[in-house]
Amino acid sequence: MSDIYLDNAATTPLDPRVLEVMLPYLGEKYGNPSSFHSKGKVATDALREARESIATVLHVRPDEILFTSGGTESDNLAILGYARMNKQFGTHIITTSFEHHAVLEAAMRLEKKEGFRVTYLTPDREGMIDPKQVADALCDDTILVSIMYANNEVGTIQPIAEIGNSIQKFRAEKNLSHLVFHTDACQATAYLDMNIEKLHVDMLTMNGPKIYGPKGTGLLYVKRGIKLEPLMFGGAQEKGIRPGTEDVAGIIGLAKALELVQKERVAETARLIPFRDQLIDGILGSIKRTRLNGSRENRLPNNVNISFIDIEGEALLLYLDAAGIYASTGSACTSASLDPSHVILALGFPYEVAHGSMRFSLGHETTKEDIEFVLKTLPPLVATLRSLSPVSVDEKYWL
Amino acid sequence: MDHKQEPVLGTKGDVASHDQTKSWFYTDIVKEHFFHPKNFMENDADESQYNAIGKVGSPACGDELRVWMKVNPETEKIEEFKWKTFGCGSAIASTSIASVIVTENGGMTLTEARALKPQDIMERLGGLPQRKFHCSVLCDKALRDAINDFYRRTDQFDKMVVESSRIIDPVSKVTDHDIEEAVLDGAQTIEQVQQKTKVGIGNPNCLPAVEELIRFYREKYFGAA
Repeated sequence: MSDIYLDNAATTPLDPRVLEVMLPYLGEKYGNPSSFHSKGKVATDALREARESIATVLHVRPDEILFTSGGTESDNLAILGYARMNKQFGTHIITTSFEHHAVLEAAMRLEKKEGFRVTYLTPDREGMIDPKQVADALCDDTILVSIMYANNEVGTIQPIAEIGNSIQKFRAEKNLSHLVFHTDACQATAYLDMNIEKLHVDMLTMNGPKIYGPKGTGLLYVKRGIKLEPLMFGGAQEKGIRPGTEDVAGIIGLAKALELVQKERVAETARLIPFRDQLIDGILGSIKRTRLNGSRENRLPNNVNISFIDIEGEALLLYLDAAGIYASTGSACTSASLDPSHVILALGFPYEVAHGSMRFSLGHETTKEDIEFVLKTLPPLVATLRSLSPVSVDEKYWL
Repeated sequence: MDHKQEPVLGTKGDVASHDQTKSWFYTDIVKEHFFHPKNFMENDADESQYNAIGKVGSPACGDELRVWMKVNPETEKIEEFKWKTFGCGSAIASTSIASVIVTENGGMTLTEARALKPQDIMERLGGLPQRKFHCSVLCDKALRDAINDFYRRTDQFDKMVVESSRIIDPVSKVTDHDIEEAVLDGAQTIEQVQQKTKVGIGNPNCLPAVEELIRFYREKYFGAA
């Protein structure tokens, strides 16, 4: 029985080198960093070192890192925390319609319940946002722009530095010191440049479980001077913005994972791109009525997202699962909401195309043999499901 | 294998599986019918061979189901039941087992078949995750659509039964017809339908079904998903 994990965009396995540095802090080094004794000091020192290591990788200052429980909390803290703290300076927010739900639903909350105005920029059919769209949407009362670095479903890489640049220019011209730029970099961290100086962002979300680190870990980079309203209350940890005893082992794991993926990202990118392209070309070449979702050029090295027209993604997911191939679908039935992928819909395709989308996300463990096995296994499964399907979606809807 | 565990909530009158320890959230029977579906229409249907044809749903809703039946004109028993579906695992499995139920033991009469409820299909499958309920609801609807088609073709118009409404939320007693009315009245989202009907306010478990219906009726009346 094969065991091919192609869902690394959902979560990655823990790197053994990460586990190794975490273990002492799950064992004998159990102190609370807030304690004023030797046991506490061991934890405090470890926490400080982890923060410094992360700051070095990201080219920021250690006091600009806030540890959280993951990507969702970081996104929520950035959007809700910033907007609530700064609403006296403006109530307009810009984001995109294909953000992760942790950004999208936080923005919708502010829009529906707290009197903010939100502009949702629509990506083009290739899954790209044009910096000009952002520039055109900026207003004198815009306080926050949030655009993801790389999309979690279709893997498209947005021109964050360019967007950041144009926001900075607008801020300087109009003297709008409270206009800030946030990016969710969870999917980008393992593959792209994370030098925050170059990205021109003011806040950045990343997390452990997408970079071979531990689940339940994440951070928000917050540029010095930016004030956030906490989402939780009750302690002085993380400057009172994120109270609660720190997950010392998790943070140490996060720091190690970030260090490793950034050190290895160029080599890993070069290793994965041929596999990614082999999988894309193999599927599009051997299975009719398929389309690649998202730009081919501006694409994460580990993302393949294909719509199999005329079939429903969940059925294919389960057939693949039975063959020992683990992929994912944003389509209807796998999520509790029954909604098809909001990302594919945001790209301008109809429900039929969104329902048939499958994401294969590659990772450390992916081999050439894995890709070949998928390419051999997939066509008959698609053929079976198509023979069951009464639907033939017109080409004008998906080509 | 390390399968995602799906917590399954059961409510009164529901036959969803309560067993949370299963590694797969479908039963073995569901899997058998999903991986080895019975009686599906293998090629393009030669519709002249069938005397009762039914259809429900649309691919935009996430499910579309078509059925072709051969009904014995003398006995009105279902001799053959072929189907095709665009849908998830549950939709495929529930249609497959329904095709077995209506044709086994010499075949059901149309009267018996019309009495087939989603619960009967779910019971034979050994339960479905609760939010998959709508899949088997589609399959009994397509069956009844085909039964009406047979009566229409045989000029037995008095035997055709127009769908009566079905309670979606046992708490607020809101029916699918109420949701249809709300959509016709301009509601486009769950919130707007709730403002008009109160559906799901005390019973959020039914909201996925409501969402599906809103999309279904919007597609049906406004051609928009």
